[in-house]
Amino acid sequence: MAGGAIPTGPAGPTHREAFLNGIWKENPVFVQVLGMCPALAITNTVVNALAMSVAVVFVLVMSNTLVSLLRKLVPKEVRIAVFILIIATFVTVTDYAVKAISISIYKAMGPFIALIVVNCIILSRAEAFSSKQPVFKSILDGFGMGFGFAIALLCMGSVREVLGSGTFLGVPLFGPNFEPWVVFVLPSGGFLTLGVWLLFFAWWRERKDRRNSRQGEAA
Amino acid sequence: MIALLGAVSTICGLIIVTADMVTAETIRNNLAQIRRQAVGEVLPGTTELVKYAVDADAGTVTEAPEGEAKGPAPNLFACFDEDGAGNRRFLGVVCEASGKGYGGAMKVLYAYSPDKQAIVGFKVIESKETPGLGDKILFDEAFLGNFEELDVRLDEAGDALAHDIETVKHGTKTARWQVDAISGATVSSRAVGDMLNADARRMLPLIRRHLDELRQGGT
Repeated sequence: MAGGAIPTGPAGPTHREAFLNGIWKENPVFVQVLGMCPALAITNTVVNALAMSVAVVFVLVMSNTLVSLLRKLVPKEVRIAVFILIIATFVTVTDYAVKAISISIYKAMGPFIALIVVNCIILSRAEAFSSKQPVFKSILDGFGMGFGFAIALLCMGSVREVLGSGTFLGVPLFGPNFEPWVVFVLPSGGFLTLGVWLLFFAWWRERKDRRNSRQGEAA
Repeated sequence: MIALLGAVSTICGLIIVTADMVTAETIRNNLAQIRRQAVGEVLPGTTELVKYAVDADAGTVTEAPEGEAKGPAPNLFACFDEDGAGNRRFLGVVCEASGKGYGGAMKVLYAYSPDKQAIVGFKVIESKETPGLGDKILFDEAFLGNFEELDVRLDEAGDALAHDIETVKHGTKTARWQVDAISGATVSSRAVGDMLNADARRMLPLIRRHLDELRQGGT
């Protein structure tokens, strides 16, 4: 499942591919099944999912940029150490920024802002992509993967908030008689929701593959 | 290689220091504002606070001025409002207490009125209680009604509570120093009651001894 398995031609992906791969074909959560820790822990409300996504997009784009800029200077032996140092730097910056923007969001995120350091999406992009590709493509890749992550988190967050609290972005949806399915706000609900989404996306891909192969045969 | 590692570390260090310098003041203001807001909710009408750090074991009450990064965090707030003529009037004090709830650490604020000898306001500011069950202590109106005037009279000597705060089963409250638990959230309710009792026993005698100083509101 490592990001290194991305099939690319000898010239690497085009700009378009660099951006779009992360959103759909290589979606970090639903296809690569990376970054599960925030995807399960921080998706009990849509606001939390959004805040987490913004933080990850920022760290991903910035670390991709810096890693790509330094890619010809960093010796192979110490590359992981350098990547981690760079990622940790931008995570610290994010940590300060979130605290300055809203303390209540910062509290809701708990330890998960700091844990972006060990988010395997970011390290895998540094290792598999930006340490080998030019800067502009790496930035596109950072945005693509980041948006893919954001889409996945929002999918999780909206299901869990709507069913678990009966609200969307804090706005009540069902009137006062709705009894929230509290399990969806709890960790077990995170696993349930993730399972159902993975099932849905696997089914969707399989259906598409079958169609494609049928069309191939017909042609 | 060493030079490169040094250079990368320097760049990262600079980025972090810059971020810290840019955000430090906003973060401090945010924290102070959140605290002012929370204290204002516990003791409505507060327009001005004077912060104190209380060390209950050493029996000291020292002023903890605004924006001071070092020194103990303030845990006692003397609250004032203003009459029409621009004079400060002493409303009471708000204390911060912490303890253990059902789900983990819990932090609460409570307002104490020395004139009424009662707890007159209460708010949970940090908790990990179970959603749908224990977290009712945050908003259950009947439960919060306990703290509109909870008797915490001191005994004759003034160094202990005349009656301990007791948490009783839902619907069996008979005395003004009892807390009526929420049915279905008994453990969390009891945790609140015990936390208040422990904190009031330590703080209130100390507050009485320093009352004149607190009424003056510092320098």
